[in-house]
Amino acid sequence: MSGKPKLHYCNARGRMETIRWLLAAAGVEFEECFLETKDDLTKLQKDGSLMFQQVPMVEIDGMKMVQSRAIANYIATKYNLYGKDLKERALIDMYVEAIIDLNELLMTHTFQPADKKEQHLATIVDKATNRYFPVFEKVLKDHGQDFLVGNKFSRADVQLLETLLMAEECKSDILAKFPLLQSFKARISNIPSMKKFLQPGSQRKPPLQEKDIPKLMKIFH
Amino acid sequence: MAGKPKLYYFDGRGKMESIRWLLAAAGVEFEEEFLETREQYEKLLQGGSLLFQQVPMVEIDGMKMVQSRAIANYIATKYNLYGKDLKERALIDMYVGGTDDLMGFLLTFPYLSAEDKEKQRAVIVEKATSRYFPAYEKVLKDHGQDFLVGNHFSWADVHLLEAILMVEEKKSDVLSGFPQLQAFKARISSIPTIKKFLQPGSQRKPISSDKYVETVRRVLRMYYDMKAN
Repeated sequence: MSGKPKLHYCNARGRMETIRWLLAAAGVEFEECFLETKDDLTKLQKDGSLMFQQVPMVEIDGMKMVQSRAIANYIATKYNLYGKDLKERALIDMYVEAIIDLNELLMTHTFQPADKKEQHLATIVDKATNRYFPVFEKVLKDHGQDFLVGNKFSRADVQLLETLLMAEECKSDILAKFPLLQSFKARISNIPSMKKFLQPGSQRKPPLQEKDIPKLMKIFH
Repeated sequence: MAGKPKLYYFDGRGKMESIRWLLAAAGVEFEEEFLETREQYEKLLQGGSLLFQQVPMVEIDGMKMVQSRAIANYIATKYNLYGKDLKERALIDMYVGGTDDLMGFLLTFPYLSAEDKEKQRAVIVEKATSRYFPAYEKVLKDHGQDFLVGNHFSWADVHLLEAILMVEEKKSDVLSGFPQLQAFKARISSIPTIKKFLQPGSQRKPISSDKYVETVRRVLRMYYDMKAN
């Protein structure tokens, strides 16, 4: 008796957001159980639900899955967002791992102390515009197709869109020199399941604000 | 014209070591090119070989693969070390995710100051014995099988053995509370391909020395301080 996947995390993006994006892209409805206090986390730890005592945890297909990569891999495979063969998966994995690296940088920005923030933003902009974006711009330019891999919508497209939008939240004109990424962003945003997820009222979470940090810290520390 | 996979990295463990273990476990011979100088690195960059300007890079099946996780996924799938179906893959991914997190504490270790190294050693042992080892001990105890997933040798077994040996280098009796893991270690170490890899003269790399750290910093111009976790 499967029912909908159930996500256990705090009411924030963090390491669960990519999983929300993937489920949304696949058109899969999901429920969420938000951790509000340390007791909520302790309860999950004590009842053996968290293999390594950590969230994210997703109840799906009779499993209590942990490890965000494992969960994302499972969802992407199940819903045909992971390419058609080993070679396509290799490309998707290369792109996705790099996107995850950039995402890590973006995610940690709000947590930077005030005196490090400006430097951190400079690092983000440097890596995004010199290391990551040029690669994806070139991929799109070289094959001229709508999607990153195999002329078909995949998790690479979903995760790149997620990251492009997060990068723009850090610096609104960060895509200025990347015309193909701009049109990619518009195109993928228009896919019905993505368009729906981008509308107000969806389960997409807003950017983390500094005022929310103390509450999060209390849950995990 | 396939040829052997060719690994481009420093002459040390870092993010390439898990890939060496996987290839060795699969019985696949591989070549290595070691980065010693900045010039070598810049040549790779200028030649367009490094998609995101980083190593590890592995030439395999006509591709120049980067991103250690992508490379490992490919090798594991190609050589049947990734389970027989989606559910087994899910378990393997979860278990490898855990050992990856544990190894993350070990990866930065060589780059820390002497004082931070002592703190980090304690963190590694604490995380290993209170979070990670108990999880795998339970998996083995619950199903009573030789391997972590599907009663069949997989990437999860290779990665866990690698992690166990690395933590033991920090505290030699760290497995004392974990009888299942002790037996697991002996068992997996005896698998012919693994046994071969564990022998002197194999392509397994030793613990990173100060000289290794200095080479990496010099080649990558990576002079900022690393912090303990």
